[in-house]
Amino acid sequence: MGTEFERDHFYALAAHLQTVLRPAEVLTLLLQGESSEFIRLNQNRVRQAGRVRQMDLSVDLIQGQRHARATLDLSGNPEGDRAELDHTLDMLRAQLPHLPEDPFLHYAAQPHDTQQIRAGALPPAREVLELLGAAGPDLDLVGLWASGAQYVGFANSLGQRNWHAQPSFNLDWSVHLSPALAAKAHYAGSRWDAAMLEARMADLRHRLDALRRPVRRLERGHYRVYLAPAALNEILSLLGWGGFGLKSHRTRQTPLIKMIESGQTLDPRVTLVENHAGGLTPAFTAEGFIKPQRIVFESGRYRDCLVSARSAREYHVPVNADAEAPESLELSGGDITDIPGTLDEGLYISNLWYCNYSDRNDCRLTGMTRYACFEVRRGQIQAPFESMRFDESLYRMLGARLVGLSTERELLIDADTYRRRSYASARLPGALVEDFALTL
Amino acid sequence: MADLTGIDQAARAFQAIAPGVAFWSVRLMERRVQSLSVRQGVVQPISNGRSRGALVFVIEGEGYGYGATGDLSRAGLRRAVEDARELAATTAGRALFPADRHARPERSGSYRTPVQRPWAEGGLEERLALLHDLDQALQANESIVDTLALLAGETLETLYLDGDGIRIHQHLERVSPGLVAVANRGPRTQRRSFGLERARQGGLEHLASLDLPAYAPRVVEQALQLLDAPNCPQQRTDLILMPDQMILQIHESIGHPLELDRILGDERNYAGSSFVTPEMFGRYRYGSDLLNVSFDPAQTAEPAAYGFDDEGTPAGREYLIREGLLLRPLGGQTSQRRAGLPGVAAARACDWNRPAIDRMANLNVEPGDSSLAEMISSVEHGVLMETNRSWSIDDRRNKFQFGCEFGRLIQDGELGPVVRDPNYRGLSAEFWRRLDAVGDRPGFELMGVANCGKGEPNQMIRVGHASPPCLFRDVEVFGGD
Repeated sequence: MGTEFERDHFYALAAHLQTVLRPAEVLTLLLQGESSEFIRLNQNRVRQAGRVRQMDLSVDLIQGQRHARATLDLSGNPEGDRAELDHTLDMLRAQLPHLPEDPFLHYAAQPHDTQQIRAGALPPAREVLELLGAAGPDLDLVGLWASGAQYVGFANSLGQRNWHAQPSFNLDWSVHLSPALAAKAHYAGSRWDAAMLEARMADLRHRLDALRRPVRRLERGHYRVYLAPAALNEILSLLGWGGFGLKSHRTRQTPLIKMIESGQTLDPRVTLVENHAGGLTPAFTAEGFIKPQRIVFESGRYRDCLVSARSAREYHVPVNADAEAPESLELSGGDITDIPGTLDEGLYISNLWYCNYSDRNDCRLTGMTRYACFEVRRGQIQAPFESMRFDESLYRMLGARLVGLSTERELLIDADTYRRRSYASARLPGALVEDFALTL
Repeated sequence: MADLTGIDQAARAFQAIAPGVAFWSVRLMERRVQSLSVRQGVVQPISNGRSRGALVFVIEGEGYGYGATGDLSRAGLRRAVEDARELAATTAGRALFPADRHARPERSGSYRTPVQRPWAEGGLEERLALLHDLDQALQANESIVDTLALLAGETLETLYLDGDGIRIHQHLERVSPGLVAVANRGPRTQRRSFGLERARQGGLEHLASLDLPAYAPRVVEQALQLLDAPNCPQQRTDLILMPDQMILQIHESIGHPLELDRILGDERNYAGSSFVTPEMFGRYRYGSDLLNVSFDPAQTAEPAAYGFDDEGTPAGREYLIREGLLLRPLGGQTSQRRAGLPGVAAARACDWNRPAIDRMANLNVEPGDSSLAEMISSVEHGVLMETNRSWSIDDRRNKFQFGCEFGRLIQDGELGPVVRDPNYRGLSAEFWRRLDAVGDRPGFELMGVANCGKGEPNQMIRVGHASPPCLFRDVEVFGGD
């Protein structure tokens, strides 16, 4: 599962481009690739199975303050890729005279080499399918097995070289009792352990037992709820969409505008950190900057924005992020250890789904409950309830109506595979919230 | 822009190493995209994208599998074949359905987007000058804190071959515009946009028909109006949705529920299932008698026009819903064979690195016979909403809540004051029965959604929707805090 071939190929291409670069030209290169196996399951049988080998390269040709970018898929064939890149370079050179100077062009000028190659042990797909088959021949299991090597490389003509590679797997699945009743599970990492899968299947069966009780239909209204880490992650993922970036703050588009304009705060127990070192993402940005840790919320107050290279140049602050969206959020834990007992009377919400804004200026969000969500009475799980829509402001959820956060935090590794397998993760507790509005 | 040369060479290379299996197909794709934008007076980094690769699919024994690669050399394609065969061996004995239910195209063919003025004809400086002018027009007031004018041109070349001797070549071209102005005063920010949903297949001739310079001042004016506007009231009332919100309503509460792979359960772990079940086709009243919904790849200027889907099935116009009655799902050949239901040529892949799944393509609400003025005059109390801004719906595509950029009250049959943060919510299963008037042909607009996501592994694809304005009675609407 090594990526030495891809790394050496990338560095060889960078060295080749160095030889054809003209005086006063600077080049930055970002390679993203994977060799991934995807096995899609429905009814615990294989719907689609395949392997994808891909590596795409972003090229930014810079001359003074002018620059132009191209992205292209590489083949891994040295001769073919060199020819493609020579052609690409010619195309970018032809565009440069037609482009104005870019006042916000910004790239790492001081070389800072890094190499992070994580070890791992991935099982053959056949073994995983056999385990799933054995664990649940009676289960209507639906999901995706994704596994293989992922790598990211940066190089520039100033001599900087960065490489980040890891083997990883991500098994994301759910088991369905009926069209409206299902429980979700997830197992991801770099070192496969069949015992961990068995433990998660056992936990899932426990939740399925509770799901078999008669389903309750809830009325619209306000409820005391526990948002499990996966549910809270949906809310923070939406916030990450324009919530924390410096550009969105300076152009007043952040949904957290009340925190920067009106002094709105969250509960003092809320401290949120973007901690790249604690996640799975590369340490470097597409422009070659090294990403530090940043505190987003500190004791309920807004603190640092995520700053891309362009925003850094525009607003004269240091770079601290790649794009201005979080990749490795960590929310501090609280003091709730007995979740059902502390919830006492209310709703246990395991997952939320399809969140979006109802009122962006008030950071009011809507979304649906999904998967195994339960009514709790006297600290005991009673019965599942039908999916409900919520519509609630962040300032209430994590502010005035926050009862507490769980002590235990969960590492949630993103299962997204748009274009390529995601590197994002989050380490979050659950949140106990009073007066949570359910609207439909 | 892209020509057939690169992928044609790869096709020849593949023919030389084609595997001896029960069935094979290879889909070779090359996509070129140029994206240009000007934000707050600054040309953003110009982006030239080129993706190229192949997906090989094989059926061998009882198994099926695919291998996808960006290496189109003979060696690279051979490795993709080996990957596909290895996965087919892994699948054997564990397949969800018999391998022979996969689509087998019956005829070769080709399709090409009609283009009058190709993207490549417009020089870079000409396009940037247009964007500069548009962006400048958007910066017309000190309360405007962000502006964006964008244009993108895309060419997609696809060549499908299979072991039955079928060869299908398609060449699609698409142009995408967009204008955005953001207004702010203190803790209140409002955004207004135009054109982001108006991508068209074809060339630069569509820019002329959209007349973006004429819309820029309106975008600014309405963004400023929203800063001072009261909240949309909370009440049950009549609702007129303009075409740039209708497309989202169609997308989420007709398109997704009718996807056959959802109904078959494939999507339950990610995008969800559907409140629609197989026995409802031919029997279920989806909406009022005024509701006619077509799958129409023959609308050549709509974003998802094509001649064949990615399983090689010839595309044709079909009604999914006629006079309110549900007729057929959005399912490609493979799903149709699994479900025993009719469908449409709707199996699509977002790129070379993903297999085809059931998608929307051009999915339209057919025009009726009401003018917009007639609809407004028939409303005593109501709200008119324009341009989608927020969307959320449950995993069975029933309980929805959508928000728009711009709203206007309707009072006693006339348009009234502007309202901000207009939202509405309802249930797909009964919302379309509230349809009381459908706009006529002059109000019918071709649009689309650029970022439709589903599938495992995930796929984001562009779909087309066209609609006139529509009137719905007695809907729950509300605003912000």
